[in-house]
Amino acid sequence: MPIVSVQNAKKTYGSGFEALKGVNLDIETGEILALLGPNGAGKTTLISTICGITQPTSGKITVDGHDVVADYRAARRVIGLVPQELHLEPFSPVRATVSFSRGMFGLPKDPKLVERILRQLSLWDKRDAAVKELSGGMKRRVLIAKALAHEPRVLFLDEPTAGVDVELRRDMWRVVDDLKAQGVTIILTTHYIEEAEAIADRVAVINQGEILLVEDKTKLMAQMGKKKLRVELASPVTELPDSLGGYDLEISKDGTAITYSYDAKGEGTGITQLLMELASAGLVLQDLKTQQSSLEDIFVDLVSAQ
Amino acid sequence: MNVNAVLTMYRHEMSRFFRTLAQSLISPVLSTSLYFVVFGAAIGRSIDNVDGITYAAFIVPGLIMLSVMTQAVSNASFGIYFPKFIGTIYEHLSAPVSFFEIVVGYVGAAATKSLFIGTIILGTAFFFVDLQITYPLAMVAFLVLTCISFSLMGFIIGIWADNFEQLQLVPLLVITPLVFLGGSFYSISMLPPVWQTVSLFNPVVYLVSGFRWSFFGAADVPIGLSLLAITVFTGICIGVIWWIFKTGYRIRS
Repeated sequence: MPIVSVQNAKKTYGSGFEALKGVNLDIETGEILALLGPNGAGKTTLISTICGITQPTSGKITVDGHDVVADYRAARRVIGLVPQELHLEPFSPVRATVSFSRGMFGLPKDPKLVERILRQLSLWDKRDAAVKELSGGMKRRVLIAKALAHEPRVLFLDEPTAGVDVELRRDMWRVVDDLKAQGVTIILTTHYIEEAEAIADRVAVINQGEILLVEDKTKLMAQMGKKKLRVELASPVTELPDSLGGYDLEISKDGTAITYSYDAKGEGTGITQLLMELASAGLVLQDLKTQQSSLEDIFVDLVSAQ
Repeated sequence: MNVNAVLTMYRHEMSRFFRTLAQSLISPVLSTSLYFVVFGAAIGRSIDNVDGITYAAFIVPGLIMLSVMTQAVSNASFGIYFPKFIGTIYEHLSAPVSFFEIVVGYVGAAATKSLFIGTIILGTAFFFVDLQITYPLAMVAFLVLTCISFSLMGFIIGIWADNFEQLQLVPLLVITPLVFLGGSFYSISMLPPVWQTVSLFNPVVYLVSGFRWSFFGAADVPIGLSLLAITVFTGICIGVIWWIFKTGYRIRS
């Protein structure tokens, strides 16, 4: 049974804006799912609807088998949420604000657990500092600490690395890895494709309130990834011989390289034939390189095709 | 009932009160002391007794009510508006707490703070005037009910307000005039007949009158009517909050 199940969830705001248009999504226990989408795609609305911040207009959402509307207490107990914005009380000390979050879930104080979480997030030294004294990156860690204070089994990270530097982003990925190792299911929204590429098990692409695909990341890249063959020439050319007109080719600006796009999973890649045609056209090859499409290319293709 | 969550919200709000204890207490105590000095000792000497009570003593219940009502409204409205303003309301909405529990936590804390301030002001009053409380239990009941009902009202204002201007608008334009014209500093029997009739439409008149009755056994309006008024007022506030709860008005879209 999926730990999070979204069935035909629709959300229409009072203004008439349809943010979710019948979303179906199952999230399996222990996985990291990256929810990709451009700005305004419905990522935050979907997360907010699962977590209880907004109510679905129709459809059914369950978390750990509990309906998020009818049985909201049981559903929310399982969920931790790290919002996109740095929503923190500026005057609260770090340790107090983390304990507050735990209390909101109806749990008794547990100083040892709070200490463990703060140490894990390198916040222990700042435990008595007021939130307003912390850097942006540290504030984001406080948000994560707050979300972990009730030991959730499902953690939603809404754009966790938006606006943070590369070092902190990698730090955050390490935290996500640790949590996954502890069995926490993680749903991550991002528009940094490399983030999804680096840490996700599966990728869901959402645009204009609709899920365009949900797929295992490696399978997705293998299935949909186009490859490119870059042929570097010994002497530059200004135009391609007529015999190469049937190939999807591009000449570099300086004319020293030709790039051939092909489907690696297709029945025939056409590489052998192309190389033969190049040789018979009298072009001397200097080097060959192949390149796999990135998740970003796939994402852009999907969203622009919609 | 998520008792731990209610206590968490309650303690959190109270800790803010105690963190700023000096300003939380000094301001109302100082302003009330000034009222005692100006109206009681200075102007009060040239005012005849009201219903057989010295003017300085007469204004004590009204002054306590004035502070309690304004403090209850401002504490409760700010208490719930602040998380909305800084965005931390997401925690309340995504935690396993009901709206009712949020109301109990925040209104409970605001009512406690205003009760605390009311008690301090009552204590301060003993330094300035010779005071007797005829019906102490009724006095406590009126005080507690006023703290709760005006905290409920403050909570509604805090939910409704979209900015700090709106947060101050209702207390400034509605509550302060109602409290000042509600017989805090005078008996409505001192007014011309037309204004006496107009005053009867002011709900605060009934609360101040009832509270004053618990001190001196004399009131502008019958005590039963005062009790009915505070019950109706509390009922209206609960009704509005119930509607907010049902519709998610300005909280949950």
